[in-house]
Amino acid sequence: MHTFTDYSMIYAALGGLHVIDMAVQLFFFIVLLLLVKKFAWGPVMNMMQKREEYVAGEIEAAESSRAEAEKASKEALAQLKQTKQEAQKMIEDAKNAGVRQEKDIIESARSEAARIKEAAQADIQTEKEKALQALQDKVASLSVLIASKVIEKEISAQDQEKLINDYIKEVGEEL
Amino acid sequence: MDHGAPVIDNIFGISWLSVNLSNVLMITVTSIIVFVLCVLGAKKLQMKPTGAQNVMEWILDFVKGIINDTMGWKTGKLFLPLALTLFTYILVGNLLGVITNGVFGGNVWWKSPTADAGVTLTLSAMVIVLSHFYGIKLRGGKEYVKDYFRPIPILFPIKLIEEFANTLTLGLRLFGNLYAGEVLLALLVGLTSSGVLGFFGGAIPFLAWQGFSVFIGGIQAFIFTMLAMVYMSHKVSEEH
Repeated sequence: MHTFTDYSMIYAALGGLHVIDMAVQLFFFIVLLLLVKKFAWGPVMNMMQKREEYVAGEIEAAESSRAEAEKASKEALAQLKQTKQEAQKMIEDAKNAGVRQEKDIIESARSEAARIKEAAQADIQTEKEKALQALQDKVASLSVLIASKVIEKEISAQDQEKLINDYIKEVGEEL
Repeated sequence: MDHGAPVIDNIFGISWLSVNLSNVLMITVTSIIVFVLCVLGAKKLQMKPTGAQNVMEWILDFVKGIINDTMGWKTGKLFLPLALTLFTYILVGNLLGVITNGVFGGNVWWKSPTADAGVTLTLSAMVIVLSHFYGIKLRGGKEYVKDYFRPIPILFPIKLIEEFANTLTLGLRLFGNLYAGEVLLALLVGLTSSGVLGFFGGAIPFLAWQGFSVFIGGIQAFIFTMLAMVYMSHKVSEEH
């Protein structure tokens, strides 16, 4: 008896097919399909599509920018190389100029020194000559003076010697 | 335990016009839940997906995968909204009955809409009818008729039967799984509420079966969508 009620219960729950249920299900499903397509999945699909395009675009942009960067870095490298070469050349030039200048300076200093030396030697020569001239003049007048003194006074040899020494000293002081 | 269904027979005195109000309620509730969830999920769409949008896109990719398994994407994208709606509707419908069954006034009002043969057969019949429609639309009537006589004409009767068999199996598989789940859940509820011993004896199997029902609900939604697309591809694809 119990099993019979169970079966009948299941049959009742199975309940046969209700036409209105089916119609309602069909109607609701179609309405749901249209609404969800319009308000939910459509926008989501659009967004995904958009993202796909965006990502593709980004990848393309990244690739092109990478190529650009590579080109720029190559250019920079070339420029750097050129600049280095230029700098090297400038340094070399400066070195050469320095050496040349050094030589010039030494040369001119040497010639200057030689000139100064020559001038000094000439000066010394003239001064010497002048001094000799003066000495000669003095010796002449001195000898005249000594002679006059000798003549004026009779003096001992000792005194004479003393006298000569005095005069020579005098001359020396005058010189 | 012996709950009936809120069925009204002989509406307007027409003998075949009947309605199970619980089904009508649950169809409406399921549709509204699916609609609200989908619209909420698609509310704040961004290039960088966050939260609900991720779930939506995951479901979309999942259903896309189902379609791609059965046919080329060129014709397949036509059926993406149908497959998506089928999947989400059946999944939500299945889970509603697992979460709770509501009894009011001796009648079961709150249950899975998919635990009713009429509802599932409507869905499967709709899928089969749509497959015939798109078969004729996409490949032309001549190819469509020719398909019944391939690979050899003698198979024609079997092919004819296959169409009805497909409809029945597609619908009744879903119904059977869900209905069996609910019957067992109802029995376990009866056991747990029968007494102290029954409570401890029934609580753990009840939990286990509920978990299993969630699993079955997901699997059946997937299977229904998958088979719907397979039947569709039989009609719309050139080669089999």
